[in-house]
Amino acid sequence: MSADTSTTAAAAATAGRLDRASARRILLHDHRIRLIELLPWVIALGVFFLFPGYRLLATQILIMILFALSLDLIVGYAGIVSLGHAAFFGTGSYVAALLVSSYGVPEPVTGVVAAVIVSAALGFVTGWILLRTHGLTLLMLTMAFAIMLHELANEFAELTGGFDGINFAPGPILGIFDFDPLWYSSNYFYALVFLFLGFLFVRAIIYSPFGRALVGIRENTRRMHAVGSPVLWRMVTAYTISAGLAGLAGAIYVQVQGNVTLGVLSFELSGEILVMLILGGTGRLYGAFIGAAVYKLLESFTEQILGTDQPYWMLVIGVVLIVTVLFTRNGFIGMYDDAIAWIRRRRRS
Amino acid sequence: MSEAVLETRDLNKNFGALQVSRNINFRLDAGARHALIGPNGAGKTTFVNLLTGVLSPTDGAVLLNGRDITHMRQDRRVKAGIARTFQINTLFAGLTVLENLYLAVSEHLGRAGAMFRPAGARREVVDEAMAALDGLRLADDAGKTIRELPYGRQRLVEIAIALALKPKVLLLDEPAAGVPSAESHLILDVIEALPEDIAVLIIEHDMDVVFRFAREITVLVQGGILASGPPDEIAANAEVRSVYLGEGTHD
Repeated sequence: MSADTSTTAAAAATAGRLDRASARRILLHDHRIRLIELLPWVIALGVFFLFPGYRLLATQILIMILFALSLDLIVGYAGIVSLGHAAFFGTGSYVAALLVSSYGVPEPVTGVVAAVIVSAALGFVTGWILLRTHGLTLLMLTMAFAIMLHELANEFAELTGGFDGINFAPGPILGIFDFDPLWYSSNYFYALVFLFLGFLFVRAIIYSPFGRALVGIRENTRRMHAVGSPVLWRMVTAYTISAGLAGLAGAIYVQVQGNVTLGVLSFELSGEILVMLILGGTGRLYGAFIGAAVYKLLESFTEQILGTDQPYWMLVIGVVLIVTVLFTRNGFIGMYDDAIAWIRRRRRS
Repeated sequence: MSEAVLETRDLNKNFGALQVSRNINFRLDAGARHALIGPNGAGKTTFVNLLTGVLSPTDGAVLLNGRDITHMRQDRRVKAGIARTFQINTLFAGLTVLENLYLAVSEHLGRAGAMFRPAGARREVVDEAMAALDGLRLADDAGKTIRELPYGRQRLVEIAIALALKPKVLLLDEPAAGVPSAESHLILDVIEALPEDIAVLIIEHDMDVVFRFAREITVLVQGGILASGPPDEIAANAEVRSVYLGEGTHD
């Protein structure tokens, strides 16, 4: 159970009998922007100015947050498990790259729009077919679909560059700002702006009636059918949006670095993004932020300390994941919730 | 004879070689207070699942107001006016009572697909949800999660959700099952006070409830209808007594 709803419940329970106005207030409560929600954006701006040497890493973190956020919409909110979300990330990546390398459209925002449309369309079609299954079957099918796309990209090497990938040079953003391969300044803000837009979009959705319906589906699908919810249609809609956002993340990922390789479609990436989300916490919006940041920072720093010749960081991530899953209710964000609840209890007594 | 709201024609359902519903010809009249009884495993819940579209029949037809809905999707049937409660509580256990009702009402009013307006922004959805709770005197519990409620009150939420969908047909699958006898009168009171214009089909084991409530009784045995008629007729039916009521007295 997500703490989101339990905090609402706690607020309501103390209110006792509810009149209609307070009932509305409680439903609207989560949607209100809290001061602490500014924190990630303040950090993001701070990092840019204080640690210019880490902008490449920080840009990758921003993009992974967006990718994890897209996954959270289906895994955390609608309860749709997927081990193949890289299929949409990778589709967005290749659409953005191929537009420049094969179709001569170098403007990056155009590439992003095309990437979102194509990956959302792919999400719609596959969602319509796959979401009739559940649990392990669905997990296997999403995985199989992503692996299939990966093989397809490998097979059509003339187009995709196969194993070597494609190097391409996107033009200036909106014809104005050039990408900055050396200091990553425009690259960083490019990623930050899209993360912010993507975040606002997801945030609006999860607190909307549609978002509540997704939580209803996650909590009790049979009940949702019985109240007349078109469950499959709702899930396909969420899956389509999620795929579009993943495609957006994928497009930015390759545009800021000017190359694409088969890695963007890999099973490893599908797994990694799920691990990031679980580390951070599912169904909580900010789990994606914390999970992606912790994962990428751990990866980067263990590599710096222990060297890149051995995959030690995998070991570190493994240990952190095991500890998190065993000892927290819902990743790092669950730890945060527990800490807040503990402090409140201390204050009261 | 009044007009049938819900009707089945030669309804059959097989699970492989197992026949769980056989040739069910059933009619639920407008404003009916109809009880469906039968021993365990008689196929009562299967029948409800066929009516609501959870299961599709092997053959036969289901008609709502004369319209064939045999192949209609579950959610469309709900919108067409068939609501149900479950034998075992099927609620959003971690959500508040208000949120449970909110989800039902927003689907019913066609507001649940909206993405760019916060939940709760539409006054009529919240008002209807609260009205449904008021109707069953559940408003005091609106802010509690389902888990925090005693089982009997959870059963009432099941009924409140069904009523919030403004049904023409209400299927109550053992509404008092699992409720301690001290609380069961609360549920019976609610059932007795249901609006007259709703046709009610109740599945129940408790004969006191059945004979107090029902004006029509259908007895289901091994997936088929054994007898159907007014309560005194069913009570006097020798076959019913031996198969069903007779067994009951030996418990």
